[in-house]
This record gives sequence, C-alpha cells and structure tokens, in this order.
Amino acid sequence: MSLSREQIAMRVAQEFSDGDYVNLGIGIPTLAANYVNKDIEVMLQSENGLLGMGPYPTAEQVDADMINAGKETVTASTGASIFSSAESFAMIRGGHVDLTVLGAFEVDISGSIASWMIPGKLIKGMGGAMDLVAGARNIIVTMTHADKHGNSKLLDSCTLPLTGVNCINRIITDLAVIEVKEKAFHLKEKAPGVTVEEIKSKTAGKLIVAENIPDMVF
Amino acid sequence: MAGFNKVVEHYDAAMAGLTDNMTIIAGGFGLCGIPEGLISQIRKMATTNLTVVSNNCGVDGFGLGLLLQQNQIKKMISSYVGENALFEQQLLSGELEVELTPQGTLAEKMRAGGAGIPAFYTATGFGTPVGEGKETRKFDGRDYIMEESITGDFAIVKAWKADKYGNCIYRHTAQNFNPMAATAGKVTVVEVEELVETGELNPSEIHTPGIYVDRVIVGKFEKRIECKIITPTTENI
Repeated sequence: MSLSREQIAMRVAQEFSDGDYVNLGIGIPTLAANYVNKDIEVMLQSENGLLGMGPYPTAEQVDADMINAGKETVTASTGASIFSSAESFAMIRGGHVDLTVLGAFEVDISGSIASWMIPGKLIKGMGGAMDLVAGARNIIVTMTHADKHGNSKLLDSCTLPLTGVNCINRIITDLAVIEVKEKAFHLKEKAPGVTVEEIKSKTAGKLIVAENIPDMVF
Repeated sequence: MAGFNKVVEHYDAAMAGLTDNMTIIAGGFGLCGIPEGLISQIRKMATTNLTVVSNNCGVDGFGLGLLLQQNQIKKMISSYVGENALFEQQLLSGELEVELTPQGTLAEKMRAGGAGIPAFYTATGFGTPVGEGKETRKFDGRDYIMEESITGDFAIVKAWKADKYGNCIYRHTAQNFNPMAATAGKVTVVEVEELVETGELNPSEIHTPGIYVDRVIVGKFEKRIECKIITPTTENI
C-alpha cells in the first residue's frame, strides 16, 4: 500500500535530529511538525522572519502581525526570535538551517529539482524555494512517486524549469525512501506492502537497489 | 527649523513628489506589515506606470491590489504573486509585467541597494530560469550568479512605533521586508501605528535608525488577515 500524506509526514519526522533548525515547506512537509519525536527538540524556521514557530493560535491569541510563510496566523514558541527577511535568508543562504523539507514536481539523479513552474500554466513565483534549496545543508523532497497519470517524478534529467541544481539528498515518497548520490537514485526503504518491482516500474531515472530493502517503520 | 523632526501631518505631504514612471519599494509580506494608508494615497494620486518592488502584490481590493484596480502598476518585482484575479488578468493581457525574483535575493537586492553595494553573487537561482543571461562566477568550486541591487525613488514602510526623528521599531512578523525597504528609497516614508516622543524608544532596540527615514506619518490600520487558522480549544471544539 502506498503511504497516506500523514504517513509520509511521519516518515519525514524521523529525519529530524535533536537540536535541528528545520524549514518545512507548505503541504506534507508542514504536517511533519505534528510527528516530531517527543524526546527531541527541533526549532522551525519560517522564512518570513520567525525562528521558533509554534502552533496555530487560539481565537484569543490571533494576531495579524504574527504569520508564517504560508501567510497563516501562527504563534512563536518559547525561545523564538523574529527578524527581517534579509536576516531570515542570511540564515538560509548562509547554510545555518540544518534541514529543509519541500515538495517538488520532479527530481533527477543529479539531485536537481523542479518545483515552481509548469510552462503554459500561470506562474505564481518561486517564493523562497530557490534560496532554500541553494542554502540548506540537507534537503529532503516529499512527493508522490508518480503523477496521477502514472508518470514517474524521479527522472534521469528534470524536464521542467529547475528550482535548483545538484542539491537534493533524499526523497521520501508514498512508496519509498530514496537517497540521491553518484548520479543515481538508491532505494533505502520501501513502504510496507509495496514491492521493489512496483518502485522500479515507477522510477524512470537510474535506480540502484541493494538486496534486502527494509520496510519503513512507523 | 525642523531639525530631525520627520513627522508630517497629511498623506499629501507624505507622498509629495511621487510622479508617473517612478519605482516604489514597498515593505510587507502578504498583507502583514503593509503601509495601508500610503498605498491608499498613491491610489488617490493616480500616478501611473509605476514599478513596484514588493514580495507580493496584495489581494483583490486590498494592499497593493488597490493600485492594480486603477492600472497604476506597469511592472512588479516580486517573489510570489497571483493571490488576486486582477493580477492574473493584467498579466495575461500584457498590461502588467512581472519580474519574479527569489525571496532571499529580493531581500538582499534591497539590503544591498540601501547599503551602496551595486551587485552581489549568490548560489540562489544558478542553473534555473532566474540565472539565465546573468554573469556567473565560481568561488571555491561552487557556481554563483551575479544579482544587481535595487533602489527606489520612494520606499513605503510600515512600522509599529517611531519617534519624531524617524527611529522605528517593527512588531512581530510585520517586520519582514520593511527594514530593507526603508534603506533603499531616495525618499523613505514610514507609516506608523504609534508616534512616541523622541527619546522614549530604547536606542538598543531600534530596528531602523532615523537616518534612513525622510517622513513619518501616523496611520490607521485595518490589518486584514489573509489566512486565519485557529487551534481548536476546549471551548470551540
């Protein structure tokens, strides 16, 4: 069985280490904040200028001056700091953010990512995604393994305009955990109940499969 | 003698000198921390062919979206747009031009512009459509593109508190692009929630020193929320 969005988010949360500063993109990455291991501390960075993003506010706490990068009302956690956009991106571009998790349309075996523009469709912009993929030390992509027509999103070479080149280390999909290195995808884990054959059939780019691929553990 | 007193009483005075074809740098992220009254004043002045540098372009009927309604904007330099139908329409019809710029690059362009740095190198955008046609250079084996800084004829800024000398403090995430915008205008106008006596603000806590600020006006803010999300509590479950 392929994973649900929540299960992908749960698997993403296992990538967090104690003391990590983490930037989570909109969608599944944001959900991962709900599954952080209780024994570790991570601090969430929101690129509009907040380090230490807390939960959504109660009705009484709602404050128009307190939003996240998705423009949603939010709170600051204990130990948070608030700063300008230039400071925020100095953190990101300077490599101070330990981990970035974001969605994508395509990733290729070189670790290049396409996530912001589909030619022919209205382009809304890249926001902070290009800065994040150029700056974070460790970048994980979450996405479905194939699109709704069954076309693989893991390619030898991205076909869509890029967000960044040679920057993605890991991909967590509804079917598998994949490491990207040495111009190939390396299958590390598979979703429970999913066969290696299915993953192979849905991975268009070069895939290296070792013996005995373990199931993801939740 | 006005000395360092930057306070103006009326919006006409706040935006005096703005004419067609000028470039305006605007603070704000979404609808958070935007100079609402200054935008309304620009709308009232009906200046056209403006280039506006701002992370976003407001929504239909609010924020910078108000200037779209009167076709006052010729070009937007932004990282993320299209929260409004009118923007999309004008873009598709060719009335409006947009230069999409990565958010960090946009912040740095304003910062560098205000700091007298004409250009800088960044890895952001290398190998992507953003890097096309730009000078590239390798440092320590990594590829970078050169980005030019931005300055504006006017900068419009929203602050929480300011004193008469133009020293400003921002509140929470309404800070965002405002401090950089404040440095990058030939004329920088700050709209504030609260004007305090000079000397009241703690010098160590000032975000924008008054040297960058030309005019200060006290505004009234609606502070519209774009995406209100609430944690359920025991009372409202």
